[in-house]
Amino acid sequence: MFIKFFKKNWLPLFTTSMIFVIWELGIQIFGVPEYIAPAPSSVFATLVEERDTLWRNFLPTLFESLAGFVVGNFIAITLAIAFVHNKMVEKAFFPIAVFVNTIPILAVAPVLVLIFGNGIETKVIIAALICFFPTLVNMVRGLESVSGQMIELGRILSATKPEFFWKIRLQSSLPFLFSALKIASTTCVIGAIVGEWVGADIGLGSLIIEATFNFRSPLLYATVIVSSGLAVILFISVSVAERLIIKWKPEHSV
Amino acid sequence: MTVQKLDNNMTNVTHDMNKTGGASAPAVSLKNAQVRFGDLTALENIDLEVEAGAFITILGPSGCGKSTLLRLVSDLVPIADGEVNVFGQHVAAARLAREFAFVFQDSTLLPWRTAIENVRLPLEIGAKHAHKRPKAKSEKSAEELLELVGLKGRENALPHELSGGMKQRVAIARALICKPRLLLMDEPFGALDEITRDRLNEQILKIWQETKTTILFVTHSIPEAIFLGQKVLMLEANPGRVRELIDIDLPYPRELPIRETQEFNKISRYLREVLETC
Repeated sequence: MFIKFFKKNWLPLFTTSMIFVIWELGIQIFGVPEYIAPAPSSVFATLVEERDTLWRNFLPTLFESLAGFVVGNFIAITLAIAFVHNKMVEKAFFPIAVFVNTIPILAVAPVLVLIFGNGIETKVIIAALICFFPTLVNMVRGLESVSGQMIELGRILSATKPEFFWKIRLQSSLPFLFSALKIASTTCVIGAIVGEWVGADIGLGSLIIEATFNFRSPLLYATVIVSSGLAVILFISVSVAERLIIKWKPEHSV
Repeated sequence: MTVQKLDNNMTNVTHDMNKTGGASAPAVSLKNAQVRFGDLTALENIDLEVEAGAFITILGPSGCGKSTLLRLVSDLVPIADGEVNVFGQHVAAARLAREFAFVFQDSTLLPWRTAIENVRLPLEIGAKHAHKRPKAKSEKSAEELLELVGLKGRENALPHELSGGMKQRVAIARALICKPRLLLMDEPFGALDEITRDRLNEQILKIWQETKTTILFVTHSIPEAIFLGQKVLMLEANPGRVRELIDIDLPYPRELPIRETQEFNKISRYLREVLETC
């Protein structure tokens, strides 16, 4: 199995390892001090040595990301359903949604800290905020992707609104929803980390700040790797869920 | 919204239908019917009576209101003036009673449902009105219908695994599941290649003979209109009106070689001349 995997993916594996080799050699040859840029070998050593610290800070960030993911997407999906069924709601709330989305997340984070304090809620809200908009837009598009003839079919079968929604509209939106969830699965981690930067004593975000201020570059790099690892795990989970739920291909023609 | 409002208004009509909707009533009757979209008159002065069991094909230039006519009969488009009835009932009552079914140009299959699940869709939807459907019309089984359209063995295929022609056959099976007395087809084979289209033309004639259902069939193709119909309804554009109702005196059962005969060509030439002046 390993050989098969290697045969299929030898090229990206090769380029990746070449980058590490050049990085390592560059650091050694030019004698770059560790606090400016650590060698990959020392980063990996830190990953192992500091695994307890990293794990302790990983869990809160995981929780905040997940909670933000759930809350943000839940609100986005609910609002999208309301938009599609009532144009008044869309007219009333869509401009606000756009406005909220245009505020840089870094600017809104301190505001939220002032309102909600330094606790976990603030991080969840920031993570939710960053997930919200792409899912809203995609979900509206997905729910409206039902063709005109399909709507006519529903009328001829005398489908009620709930029947049409549950049997036809919701399923049609799933491919759109999952592309939004894939985006959200990585951005919610960014949201949680940004939230931790602004004020927290635990979590990957606060560890990044702490490592930077103490010139502990290998720890900083290790934390960055763990953070992106978290996003990758969430992304893969959503992709697997998508493959399990959507076994069909959306069709655009006859 | 509109559907539900209509349903409420139609409750009375549904009760009446049991008295008036006898076997003697024509399948479709239009009296001086008009359809308007804003300022645009899509159909004007349409008088038409289709007897039960007939096969009528509808031809006309683009924009003449062929599709609008089917949508008027199927309660998708409101009538502006005049009268439209299906088996002596108001169209909304006929819709609730599943007197008619519609086959679109697009197969409109749900891509996450297998062929057989798609055929069963009408049984799961509109359950609220199921009691309005006459009891004698017990449903045909979905398996039988897929066999009828030549898709035995593909029951569990998803739409993306089927060809365009196969998808359209699933759509036809779905239309037949409530045993409609009237089948409305809006260019159902318009997007298919010619060979598939020919094969489905023969098949639809067979289905018509087996089920004895009335068929209104909109098409762009003159040969298709002649090959299928007992009569061809020619519409003209701006505004949409009936130009002529032409009898096709070719014996059934018809098979594809009939299209090479002199009579067929004569009718074809005539229809082309009429169509050019529409």
